[in-house]
Amino acid sequence: MSTLLETRNVSKAYGVFRALENVSMSVAEGELVSVVGPNGAGKTTLVNLLTGLLAPTSGEVLFMDKSIAGVGPVALADQGLARAFQLIQIFPKLTVAETIAAAVVSRQKKRWRMLSQLSADTQIHGKVRKVAEIFGLDSRLDTISSALSQGEKKLLDVASAFALDPQIILFDEPTSGVSTADKHTMMKTLLGAAKITGVKGIVLVEHDMDLVSAYSTRIIALAGGRLLADLPPKQFFADPHLIETVIGKRRTH
Amino acid sequence: MTISSAAVTALAGTVALALLPVVAPPYYVGLMIPFFGYAIALLGFNLLFGYTGLLSFGHAMFLGLGAYGAAVLSGIFGIKQFEVVLLAVIMTAALVAVPIAFLCARYVGIFFGMLTLAFGMLFYSFLFKFYHLTGGDSGMRVPRMNILGFAFERYNKIEFLAGPFYYYCLGLLVIAGLLMWRIVHSPFGLHLQTVRDNAHKAEYLGVHVRRFRLAAFVISAAFGAVGGAILGFRIGLADPELVYWTHSGQLVFMAVLGGFSNFFGPIVGALTYTLLQDQLQSLTEYWRSMLGMILALIVIGFPEGIAGLAADLPRRLAQRFV
Repeated sequence: MSTLLETRNVSKAYGVFRALENVSMSVAEGELVSVVGPNGAGKTTLVNLLTGLLAPTSGEVLFMDKSIAGVGPVALADQGLARAFQLIQIFPKLTVAETIAAAVVSRQKKRWRMLSQLSADTQIHGKVRKVAEIFGLDSRLDTISSALSQGEKKLLDVASAFALDPQIILFDEPTSGVSTADKHTMMKTLLGAAKITGVKGIVLVEHDMDLVSAYSTRIIALAGGRLLADLPPKQFFADPHLIETVIGKRRTH
Repeated sequence: MTISSAAVTALAGTVALALLPVVAPPYYVGLMIPFFGYAIALLGFNLLFGYTGLLSFGHAMFLGLGAYGAAVLSGIFGIKQFEVVLLAVIMTAALVAVPIAFLCARYVGIFFGMLTLAFGMLFYSFLFKFYHLTGGDSGMRVPRMNILGFAFERYNKIEFLAGPFYYYCLGLLVIAGLLMWRIVHSPFGLHLQTVRDNAHKAEYLGVHVRRFRLAAFVISAAFGAVGGAILGFRIGLADPELVYWTHSGQLVFMAVLGGFSNFFGPIVGALTYTLLQDQLQSLTEYWRSMLGMILALIVIGFPEGIAGLAADLPRRLAQRFV
């Protein structure tokens, strides 16, 4: 298993506040790594480092053995790293097809084509249709995004990230805003899509321990900006003390 | 809008405009020259505003560049070919737009608007103060030029404007319209619209947000210069008022009037404004306040503008009768 994404001894400080201290972690091919921890543990900072949005104060962030410290989201999208956010992100005035096509245009490096017509590009259309089918959006291709249901918007948001054909994809609470009953359906859709589109690794930031235990191949726990644990789910959930630190004392069952 | 309905609209509009000199008195035909200038400039302006989501309050500076460029090239350097002048002002405007866009494209919303306003006024004060270069408040003369190599010496200025130059400008508008249609329906155009709708999400889909804002700004500047050259040609003068901020405001007015979320909106806006201003000016000295009231009505009642209303009309009628 080759390593796709890793941090080596990264620290990140905002002024005097140290959000992350000396964290080393990695994601290898075939893995779904969950990042867990209480609020303020540094999960968001870690993800922002992993997506090149922030540069670490010290340490290295590598994607396929290349440094991606602070390179920004566009360069990472080009290199094959996609990210979906907790809050639904759509393009309100664009149709479903156009939204997915925006990612396909980037992927096929056609962004500077000013005079060729999008409607005549069968390569783009084929890919858009394929991605839409995976997410069950193929009957909604010509619908304006703002007219979609909440669940469809979430699917579209994620579908557009998959349309980049990423090597690795980062999900920030992908089931937030999805009803409890549909959580597992959503996760299965995502994992199914990952398999079909050839995504090699997944990073999942998640509060919901049901999902974390059901789908992770490895769990990384952060607390107070430090790496608390890096374990397979079985060993992780065998340690009651660890679970208590990570999810706090609210959990009673 | 589907391609076929857009093609029908464009064709009908072009035919109507082509027939106008046959049926309308020369006065109205001459009045259409500024319409062509504004329509071309607004096609560019709307790439920036309607498609990229950036509202410039200094866009008149590029119209000014077009007009002053024509004055300098034909008046001082004696270039008599209008096509050469057009190419030169397109390139000049694009070059001037690059550094301005570089500074402005970091900002959005009101900050972008204010910065473009500042650059526009900077250019205005340059034109106004450097009397020996620009003629100050009296401006610079724009001599009559040849179009397509013909001088049309038999025609006096009025006949020339209402005849050959009218069709020349119609041709320019058709070319500009086709070019802009292709741009907004290209992969590039799609990325511009993602920047408008959600720049944050766009970045994560590999959209070069800042570079695309810059590109849209440069293209819109080039269209503005063509419009400005036509305006200058018609009045025979490049005037600093062309660059004054109220003129930038007038461009915004036209775009909103016509409807900036519709491809044809800016053209409809330019036409409506030109006719409205002419009619109101002959009716009342309070024409500016009348224009203001009409704009307020449009914004409140029909936020999609006249073109949006027209595009929506079949649906509204259908709802009423079904």
